[in-house]
Amino acid sequence: MSLIESLPRARSPRLPRAEGLIQWIVPLAIVLIWQAACVTGLVPARVLPAPSDVALAGWKLLQSGELARNIWVSFWRAGAGFVIGGGIGFAFGLANGLSQLSNKLTDTTLQMVRNIPHLALIPLVILWFGIDESAKLFLVALGVFFPIYLNTLHGIRTVDPQLIEMGRIYGMTDGELFRRVIFPGALPSIFVGVRFALGIMWLTLIVAETIAASSGLGYMAMQAREFMQIDVVVFSILIYALLGKLADSASRVLERLTLSWHPAFQKR
Amino acid sequence: MQEAVRFLLPDAEPVDTDFIEQARLARRGSKAASRGLPLTIRGLRKSFGDNEVLRGIDLHIPAGQFVAIVGRSGCGKSTLLRLIAGLETIDAGAISFGEETRPEDVRMMFQEPRLLPWARVLSNVEVGLGRDRASSDAQARAEKALAEVGLDDKRGQWPAVLSGGQKQRVALARALVSDPRVLAFDEPLGALDALTRISMQRLLERVWHDQAFTAILVTHDVSEAVALADRVLVIEHGRIAHDVNVDIPRPRRRGSADLAETEGSILNNLLEGADDTSDL
Repeated sequence: MSLIESLPRARSPRLPRAEGLIQWIVPLAIVLIWQAACVTGLVPARVLPAPSDVALAGWKLLQSGELARNIWVSFWRAGAGFVIGGGIGFAFGLANGLSQLSNKLTDTTLQMVRNIPHLALIPLVILWFGIDESAKLFLVALGVFFPIYLNTLHGIRTVDPQLIEMGRIYGMTDGELFRRVIFPGALPSIFVGVRFALGIMWLTLIVAETIAASSGLGYMAMQAREFMQIDVVVFSILIYALLGKLADSASRVLERLTLSWHPAFQKR
Repeated sequence: MQEAVRFLLPDAEPVDTDFIEQARLARRGSKAASRGLPLTIRGLRKSFGDNEVLRGIDLHIPAGQFVAIVGRSGCGKSTLLRLIAGLETIDAGAISFGEETRPEDVRMMFQEPRLLPWARVLSNVEVGLGRDRASSDAQARAEKALAEVGLDDKRGQWPAVLSGGQKQRVALARALVSDPRVLAFDEPLGALDALTRISMQRLLERVWHDQAFTAILVTHDVSEAVALADRVLVIEHGRIAHDVNVDIPRPRRRGSADLAETEGSILNNLLEGADDTSDL
């Protein structure tokens, strides 16, 4: 029963505003239990600081401007790496989806590279780029490339051939066929790739910043560890969760805007 | 009525039915002067690999005629239609429309509506304009075609919210919007329920009557063929086995004795053809 409930129904009633708050009950309860456990001494502060202490640490970081600076640095790296890697992945996905020759030429190579865990390249990347910006951008771009490449390729391959035949009968040029049939048809799959890529983007960036950086959120957390500031470490981890959620929400909004034709996104 | 139903032998030369058709049009009187193109097919053959699907088709369809093609699954009727619509290449023989045609002159409607799910109803109809899509009156023409099929109030909808019959009507509007002179239908009503089917048949008959194109309908439903067509071709083993003129005045009353009699004799032909085959 409960499995089926989460599937879309023909006319599921929209959740009233009050019920939209349901999703926040569990996180709120966890914070309350956590606070209670710390205050009663059940969990020593050396292991896990109370939420109030974490919030205080965050407030101090915010006031000193350190937080904003580090978030901005990380955000910039993530965005730039995403655009570079995603752009290249999208281009290869298009080329290999539309051209047999291009697919034969590059797909096998790309599939081989895909099977290397990109974080395994960190030692090599440090040797190549040092702990420079380019090292982080390279790793993020590489991590983001594959989900976008694979899903763009899959999206183009699975466009309904009957629609393509229809487009040809009605005299669409190759450009029109791409713009009006192939790209919109591939878009839902491309968005799946984007959401996967966003997850990999944060993961890669945090790991890279933790190992080799002199600024950014990962660096902030590692520095706090050196000084035993466990509240700052926990605060950094919470910021990751928040940024990840924000990125996911942003892609959902974009999805809703561009896929409004799709039955799954129609508000009825 | 009996003498109006003529059967031709499979190997008979294509008979020039123009004069019969013209006489009938004159008698009926109400039909608009035909804008349709005549269609002549000579020695048409088509194979897919080792499988010879069409084994020499000779056929003449006068301008403006409504022809139905029936036959059992795999007899080659859809292949014939796809060749007429230019969707497959011809192995041998020729298809000619009497004069040079533009792509917009010959349109095809499929069993599936094949609407673009990401385009609103009106843009889907505009697709049918072909190279005229960019012209200034494109929207007006699309609106007119939508009104023709009675869906002008759905112009801003996504295809996903339409019913099966409505989607097929949008597909019909898309086929009509370029004012085609030959319209090929590949079982366009096959996926619809019985009632929607009957109203769609009436709609097809009406637009054919109003716009006077040459209509070629492939169907496996003999009663549909008899209700709509001037002439029914039975295809067996890649050849035209029977060529039946259905000279029943329009509007035809569904379930009338005339229709039932013609339908019965065509069904008999189909079943006879089935008896002498070993591939059942």
